[in-house]
Amino acid sequence: MIVANRKPFAEIKEMLEGYTKVLNVGCGTCVSVCLTGGEKEVEILNTELEMARRLDDNPIDIHGHTIERQCDREYLAELDEKIAEGEFDALMSMACGVGIQFLAERYPDIPTFPAVDTSGLAVNQAVGWYEERCRSCSQCVLGFTGGICPITLCAKGLLNGPCGGTNMGNCEISNDQPCAWFRIYERLKGQDRLDAIKSINVSRGWKDQSPRDLLQPGYKKPESMAK
Amino acid sequence: MSTETKVNPKSNLEKVLTGGHFAFTGELGPPRGTDAQEVKEKARFLKGNVDSVNITDNQTAVVRMSSWAASLLILEEGLEPNYQMVCRDRNRLAMQADILGGAALGIKNMLCLSGDHQQFGDHPDAKGVFDIDSIQLIAMVKQMRDEGKFLSGGEIEHPPGMFIGAASNPFAEPFEWRVDRLAKKIEAGADFIQTQCIYNMDRFREFIHVANEEGLTDQVYILAGVTPMKSIGMARYMKSKVPGMDVPDEIIDRLKGVEKKKVADEGIRIACEQIEEFKEMKGVHGVHMMAIEWEHKVPEIAERAGVLPRPGL
Ligand code: SF4
Ligand code: SF4
Repeated sequence: MIVANRKPFAEIKEMLEGYTKVLNVGCGTCVSVCLTGGEKEVEILNTELEMARRLDDNPIDIHGHTIERQCDREYLAELDEKIAEGEFDALMSMACGVGIQFLAERYPDIPTFPAVDTSGLAVNQAVGWYEERCRSCSQCVLGFTGGICPITLCAKGLLNGPCGGTNMGNCEISNDQPCAWFRIYERLKGQDRLDAIKSINVSRGWKDQSPRDLLQPGYKKPESMAK
Repeated sequence: MSTETKVNPKSNLEKVLTGGHFAFTGELGPPRGTDAQEVKEKARFLKGNVDSVNITDNQTAVVRMSSWAASLLILEEGLEPNYQMVCRDRNRLAMQADILGGAALGIKNMLCLSGDHQQFGDHPDAKGVFDIDSIQLIAMVKQMRDEGKFLSGGEIEHPPGMFIGAASNPFAEPFEWRVDRLAKKIEAGADFIQTQCIYNMDRFREFIHVANEEGLTDQVYILAGVTPMKSIGMARYMKSKVPGMDVPDEIIDRLKGVEKKKVADEGIRIACEQIEEFKEMKGVHGVHMMAIEWEHKVPEIAERAGVLPRPGL
């Protein structure tokens, strides 16, 4: 899933400086699961903001609304009426970067602010603990790395085995960070597949460096949206 | 300078090694400023005592005078640089540009490294590039040199001649992988290898033994890395703080066993004993002396290690 982290309160407060009627839109999918931007978090943030602004003698009229999925037009539609009649002077989003952009795009006349920092594609390790596992690099190498991603989990994104800094199976950057290549080595050894990393993996193209889109075979872009 | 010939003259280091001599290389860290004099002063201690001098590239991820510029400064002093390049700070375009520039300026050796992670240095928030890794860098330099082609496949009009070096750390886990990684670097095109500082001699003997068995030491020149300990504090720091470094307790005990005034001297004595052993060790073709910020001691170390005079080739 996509994980995000709430921005520091001071930063959020500063972004909203000067706005008095704000709608904070949460999302019920990934950011809800990672305890960042679901219904409960929208409520907490709104309360914090109300209190802080009251103390500043600069009250804010802040509303909250959490939709099922902010990255889906179908669910965004339910905001149309509320936003039209509410005359909000700003929108805030607690969804991931994709959801925030979609919200901003649907209401292009209203400033939209992110209340979270989207940080990646992660797995749930335990309640409240999420570990990034994929940088969506567009050229997956998991096949020869034993299902462990060196692009994400090796601090240098190396493709040809552990660097000289590995330290008792940990990465040179920290003893709390396992060395991805040490783990790749161990896993492949267990599978008797060390040959997979013995040959040179030649330099690759970084396909994630320009905007990407995905069009499945047999489909085409709708006329109305084709650029 | 002739621009016609495609045959680039060999570097001094290459001549020493192919001539069957026991190589002795040094190291020089460029300053954190613009003082050319500082580079030249350090170079003075190395001149005549080493075959080639590694010029570090933003070593430990701390900004310093660029490696090619400092290389040029020591060239002017009549020393031969071994231009280090790390993958952390440049993408493949910048790297190839610097390789062409370096070669045009007279640089003939280069050492290809991944580089320490930026998190350690003075700009921990920097974006690490790592566009290609050290093995891919070796292969790229080889392709530029031997095929006259850029990584993209495009022709190079006057290809750079480089004696290609790589690093090896025999001490980082998984140990079995270390020889495999050495083999990969040789396959990629490394002509010579400089190892991480060696303190655990047993483990190094084991490493070289396996490399000999696998025939790797016939395909590449291996220079054993030596750094004399200056103090007990340095030894402790190396043991606990430097990733991938293996300092056995017996080294620390030995330094502790002498008078405080004599610790540095004992450090040099240990280094000299190591060098004596390397001279006899099958598969070791020289020593890379990393006397970190101790360049002025190199003449004494070289003298005591019995590696003088250097073959002036
Ligand atoms: S290689 Fe890693 S970053 Fe790239 S797609 Fe696969 S898992 Fe994701
Ligand atoms: S120690 Fe391991 S994970 Fe860390 S940079 Fe080196 S190879 Fe990558």
